[in-house]
Amino acid sequence: MKRYFDYYRATMKLSVLEQLQYPVANYFYMIGMIAEPVIYMVVWSAVARQQGGMVGGYTPGAFAAYYIVWTLVRNMNIVFTPYGWEWRIREGQLSMSLLRPIHPLHGDVAYFAGWKVVVILLWLPLAFVLSLIFKPELNPTLLQGVVFFFAIWMAYLIRTMTLSLLGMVTFWTTRVSALFELYFAAELILSGRLVPLSLMPDWVQKLAWFFPFRWAFGFPIEALVGNMSTSDLLTGLGMQLAWILFGVISVSLIWKVAIRRFSAVGG
Amino acid sequence: MSSVISISKLAKHYEVPEREAGLKAAAMGLIKRRYKTVKAVDGISFEIQPGEVVGFLGPNGAGKTTTLKMLSGLLHPTSGSTSVLGFEPAKRSHDFLRQITLVMGNRNQLSWDLPALDSFDLQRAIYSIPMDEFKRTRDEFIELLELKELVQKPIRNLSLGERMKMEIVGALLHKPKILFLDEPTLGLDVTMQKRIRTFVAEYNKRYGATVLLTSHYMADVEALCKRVVVIHHGRLLFDGELSALVEKFSAFKTVGFTINNASVDWTQYGEVISTDGARMVLRVPKEKTSAITTRLLNDLAVEDLTVEAAPIEDVIESVFAVKEETME
Repeated sequence: MKRYFDYYRATMKLSVLEQLQYPVANYFYMIGMIAEPVIYMVVWSAVARQQGGMVGGYTPGAFAAYYIVWTLVRNMNIVFTPYGWEWRIREGQLSMSLLRPIHPLHGDVAYFAGWKVVVILLWLPLAFVLSLIFKPELNPTLLQGVVFFFAIWMAYLIRTMTLSLLGMVTFWTTRVSALFELYFAAELILSGRLVPLSLMPDWVQKLAWFFPFRWAFGFPIEALVGNMSTSDLLTGLGMQLAWILFGVISVSLIWKVAIRRFSAVGG
Repeated sequence: MSSVISISKLAKHYEVPEREAGLKAAAMGLIKRRYKTVKAVDGISFEIQPGEVVGFLGPNGAGKTTTLKMLSGLLHPTSGSTSVLGFEPAKRSHDFLRQITLVMGNRNQLSWDLPALDSFDLQRAIYSIPMDEFKRTRDEFIELLELKELVQKPIRNLSLGERMKMEIVGALLHKPKILFLDEPTLGLDVTMQKRIRTFVAEYNKRYGATVLLTSHYMADVEALCKRVVVIHHGRLLFDGELSALVEKFSAFKTVGFTINNASVDWTQYGEVISTDGARMVLRVPKEKTSAITTRLLNDLAVEDLTVEAAPIEDVIESVFAVKEETME
């Protein structure tokens, strides 16, 4: 256990150091990323005003809170992508990882966790500016704050596992971009990224319950900005934990088969 | 002494899709794909004793890298058996991986944007190296490879040779017992090649490590390897001492001498390899060497006559040429 702790610490440190090499580029990247939620926020706020100040229980201030928290959750959602898997296999980078006496997935989790530390620091002033402009209505309880803290990290782990599973398809076939796009389209609709899930039709909300997308995106936001009961908050954390366990077990099983197919291409 | 690397009838075959050029063939490929079996490694066997430095030679596509990948656990063999330090590499047990390293001349594992010192610390964590031992080893290698002035510069600011030296330090910090070196001097200048050779030799001497080295630079092989294993088309061609390889496959020797103002038909003596002023170098059949040198000394006023074995590059070339004919 101590060994893993040391490895995670060292990898996260390396990741932080790398990100600090390019602070301006990182900032521009984040500014570019907030364009999407700002558009959603402006559109839905306008709709709410036209509907007499509220739509689906959301006021413009509630939308502002949702989408400002969205920007943090979106950054927490950034993990090693399936395209990255394709690249690491094609370029032979996976070979270097496989020579190490530690599972490559630990490297992915630790590296991007380190990246998050920098992201959160860079996000704070952006969130402050967005708050000044859009005036969010956000009054979380202590419990909501605590649940949110754990939920964003568990969301990170869920997405790491699901995208790793998707990425491992590249062990069987190359050029799987179409499959990835299909996944991301489903994620956009069922996660709460495009619009809060409570504004979606009832059947979409029910469907979303059974997929990992909501637990990796919408739930952490709702946990902080919504009016969820303690029971709902704990159920949400339980669902996140279940998806993490499912992901870890699935990744472990598929990895064992996948690695036998690995032909160490590209050196 | 029991061997640390032992492979028996090792094979790796790939099923590779193939088709003719053109639209019709592409359309047919949608209905029925045709596959060809490529035998990258085709039943090779050899053993390596602890502390040996063995040159693993062969032309491009011979199966050298595939073999190294099977020995380091990156690839599962199609058939045959492998044992490295008593482990089955394909199982990639952590105890096994802690005792080996694979350095590939065209692969990087150090962070591009950071000084090597930061990446070295990650290596320490990966291999759970105690801090004192890590610092001692790191500083020792830095000194041996004369890297002190460079370890604080980002890797991206280093030359190819400097980067390769850093990669080697990173790959050896855990003091592996087995080194698989795949073209470690690829693309480096002569000075840098020599520095790396010296370092590998020193590491082998200090730690008694076993080294299996592939290189297209024969200077690497001559400087480091007493024994060579030669493969071609995935099959073993030769396993023995380098000197025996030269003896067995070298059909020629080179005869050099100095001669002034001579107008001679040299073809009666041998093939002219080079002329540099009064200095001439001829290639002569090995079995006729003594007869030709005697004639040269009797017929002409030659000075400083030397007889040397053919360059190792020529020997290897002739090995592949001879075997190509017999294997087709």
